[in-house]
Amino acid sequence: MDARITLRVDGRVRPLALDTRTTLLDALRDHLSVTSPKKGCDHGQCGACTVLLDGRRVVSCLILAVTCDGAEVTTAQGLAQEGEPHPVQRAFLEKDAFQCGFCTPGQVCSAVGMLEEVKAGHPSEVTDDLTGPVTLDDEEIRERLSGNLCRCGAYVNIVAALREEAES
Amino acid sequence: MKTETRTSLGVGASAPRPDGALKVAGAFAYASDLWLDGMLWGATLRSPHPSAWIRSIDVGPALALPGVFAVLTHEDVPGAKFYGLEHADQPVLAVDQVRYQGEPVAIVAADHPETARRAAAAVVVEYEVRAAVTDARRAALDPACPLVHPGGNVVRHQPVRAGSAGSGAEVVVTGEYEVGMQDQAFLGPEAGLAVPADDGGVDLYVATQWLHVDRDQIAPCLALPEDKVRLTLAGVGGAFGAREDLSMQIHASMLALRTGRPVKIVYGREESFFGHVHRHPAWMRYEHGATADGRLVYVKAEIVLDGGAYCSSSPAVVGNAASLGVGPYEVENVWIDAYAAYTNNPPCGAMRGFGAVQACYAYESQMDRLAAACGLSPVEIRVRNAVSQGSRLATGQVIDSPAPLAAMLGELAAMPLPGPPAYAPSGSRRQGGSGARARGMIGTREEPDPRRLPGGVGRTTRGEGVRRGVGYGVGIKNICFSEGFDDYSTARVRVELLGGEPHALVHTAAAEVGQGLVAVQAQIARTELGVDRVTVAPADTSVGSAGSSSASRQSYVTGGAVKAACEAVRRRLEALAAADPGLSLGELLDRYGPVEETREYRHRPTVPLDPVTGQGDSHTQLALCVHRAVVDVDVELGLVKVVELAAVQDVGRILNPLALEGQIHGGSAQGLGLALLEEIQMRDGRVLNPSFTDYLIPTILDMPPMRLSILENPDPNAPYGLRGAGEPPTLSSTPAVAAAVRAATGLALPRVPIRPEDIALAHTG
Repeated sequence: MDARITLRVDGRVRPLALDTRTTLLDALRDHLSVTSPKKGCDHGQCGACTVLLDGRRVVSCLILAVTCDGAEVTTAQGLAQEGEPHPVQRAFLEKDAFQCGFCTPGQVCSAVGMLEEVKAGHPSEVTDDLTGPVTLDDEEIRERLSGNLCRCGAYVNIVAALREEAES
Repeated sequence: MKTETRTSLGVGASAPRPDGALKVAGAFAYASDLWLDGMLWGATLRSPHPSAWIRSIDVGPALALPGVFAVLTHEDVPGAKFYGLEHADQPVLAVDQVRYQGEPVAIVAADHPETARRAAAAVVVEYEVRAAVTDARRAALDPACPLVHPGGNVVRHQPVRAGSAGSGAEVVVTGEYEVGMQDQAFLGPEAGLAVPADDGGVDLYVATQWLHVDRDQIAPCLALPEDKVRLTLAGVGGAFGAREDLSMQIHASMLALRTGRPVKIVYGREESFFGHVHRHPAWMRYEHGATADGRLVYVKAEIVLDGGAYCSSSPAVVGNAASLGVGPYEVENVWIDAYAAYTNNPPCGAMRGFGAVQACYAYESQMDRLAAACGLSPVEIRVRNAVSQGSRLATGQVIDSPAPLAAMLGELAAMPLPGPPAYAPSGSRRQGGSGARARGMIGTREEPDPRRLPGGVGRTTRGEGVRRGVGYGVGIKNICFSEGFDDYSTARVRVELLGGEPHALVHTAAAEVGQGLVAVQAQIARTELGVDRVTVAPADTSVGSAGSSSASRQSYVTGGAVKAACEAVRRRLEALAAADPGLSLGELLDRYGPVEETREYRHRPTVPLDPVTGQGDSHTQLALCVHRAVVDVDVELGLVKVVELAAVQDVGRILNPLALEGQIHGGSAQGLGLALLEEIQMRDGRVLNPSFTDYLIPTILDMPPMRLSILENPDPNAPYGLRGAGEPPTLSSTPAVAAAVRAATGLALPRVPIRPEDIALAHTG
């Protein structure tokens, strides 16, 4: 069965008709040619397809596109403003927080979503004070990004990039 | 003319990756992102059986599906039906039999990926299942074992004989060790796009490690001359050895040529586990004899590697395991037999560390046993036997460049240890954290914080049963291809005026797989030419071979080729300048036009190992890395938390500090994975865990902070004195972590990955 939906992807309104079984990831990649989210596993295990759905980070391979009608989808490509990389993207470049880069669009989206969660005071499993503001130390960074695999093993530099971002 | 200008982003600088901005923006095109309007999607039908005769194949039901354009079997292979890196023993599509679970049997092209997948499933194959040969030791050593291939099950047996065996030792330690089957598990799955060309050839855009060796295997199978098979490197989402063998290259090309349409094939994650070779599982028996004060007298070893169903690069893997089977230690008497055997398990081939990893785990485990037997520390036993420049390896090869192993160990041991573990009743509970802060109700001095212990946020212990251990590991890896291989790379460098400014274009076929090679090529051009503006052209087969992005060789060999081509360009520019003094580089280029040179670069020749004695200068360069691991282990549950990894590596000359550190981090992470997490689990020739839920690679929580010390003792034979750096850390981190877990538990733990039950059941038992 096909359905008609409209997504707002990286600021552009994108109407589309698709099989109701289509994931958000496949809708982006195969229907809209938005290839910035990557398909590393298609099972929600690797995090390479992470995007921001109405500002919250999700693995787009586990979401049916029809459930996102009218939603705002931000990919790594949409994070840059007027050609300027997002501060998280710049931090990844400066700290060499990637090698092959395949996981990076997902890492970046996950990190941006994570920083917003921290700013909003959302605690994680390693947060001690559940009521106060969250201090983003290395332990918090690790815990909050543990859903994004990096096989090149750039984790040390990912932590460094986000530590710098957290301090700024 | 001035060419001596020191540019700011030349050799030695942390020059940014030219592809970095695209990668962080999600705009870099990986092979799986390629798209052409009107393209078809390919899918592969694979054998469900590890060993079977094929009695019939009926493609009719698949062809009958709407949207299907082609269904091909081995009968449709236009040329040679077999291919392979070292021996052409692997069928493009199964011919009358299958030898491993996952072997490609038929391929399909359709107008939608799901249609292609369903069509592949609709092909009817009648199998007659045979008993599978799954025990590599039996395949290698038992003459009564059924044959996987008619020529015998031993792919290669390489002995090494030096001195005389087994005399004069006062202390003898023996051990049997096992290494599980590790997967490269790159995140960007196998993918490519084949486009039929007007000249009857094919243009293939593919993620690979070596464009030319792909072409050399593809062209005969398509019955095309080499110049009609043109490859361009598509974005590579990691490699680690798994892209050295072909995967979808011939299949997509066949479908494109048959349908006249572009065909894209992308493997899913599960298919990827079947779509590439793995690291050889190994069974190793070692005996070390030493004097009472811990000096090695002899080493005997038997190493059996499971090559799986096809040859791949198993012979070269055996060569590494044999020639490096003692490790970086001085010992006069050596008796090694290394084998790879055919079985009906998945084919095994290249993975980062390539044969040296398995042996390293075993010889380092032995060194720890020897240390215990002699009453020495793990560091001291290694220092007493350490090689140095001038040492002779078991193969008779003399190490002829710096190899300061003892000093490296000394530096490693002197590095500060991380703070006390989280469960310690005194001192800080935080390990490597960013500073003290209130920890609220959880984690008082009396009640340690379970989240900082093994098991993490699972809160599986409050500190009871948690022990800390420290372990050391040392590894030696050959850099570049060995054993007489004609190992070279080609670079074309052109200097011209672009927009009124001097500009250098560097063109090689070398595959950027994430290691930072594009940046390094540009850095070399800047340094050699004094030109700030450098572009590295996309890698393709329109320039000569660069060899593989493997064996830690590209900075050495392609770096050497770029340097040589730049020097040739510079000599011509200097000649022009001499004839026309006083002109700037820009004015020279304006007057005389572009200057272009192409150069091949070869490292020093090596020789094959003698097939009987294993003697010979088989390696051109050797690299050392040493690791120290600190772990906390919950001995009751068998859970391990790696608290810190420290490493000292000698790289000869640092070309790009930032990228180099990333290589050491990444290699260490993959070695940690082999020690504790990663194994393709097999039962009767079948893979039990082809997913990231069940095949565990380290997450950011598993990878601890690292301390690094990078030494620069130049190798006079290598460009800039550099020493290949990508693989050595993958060797030494595994035994270091295993040794640390042994130190914490007191268990022998002769197998990696160390599973929770290996600790917990031994502890309760």
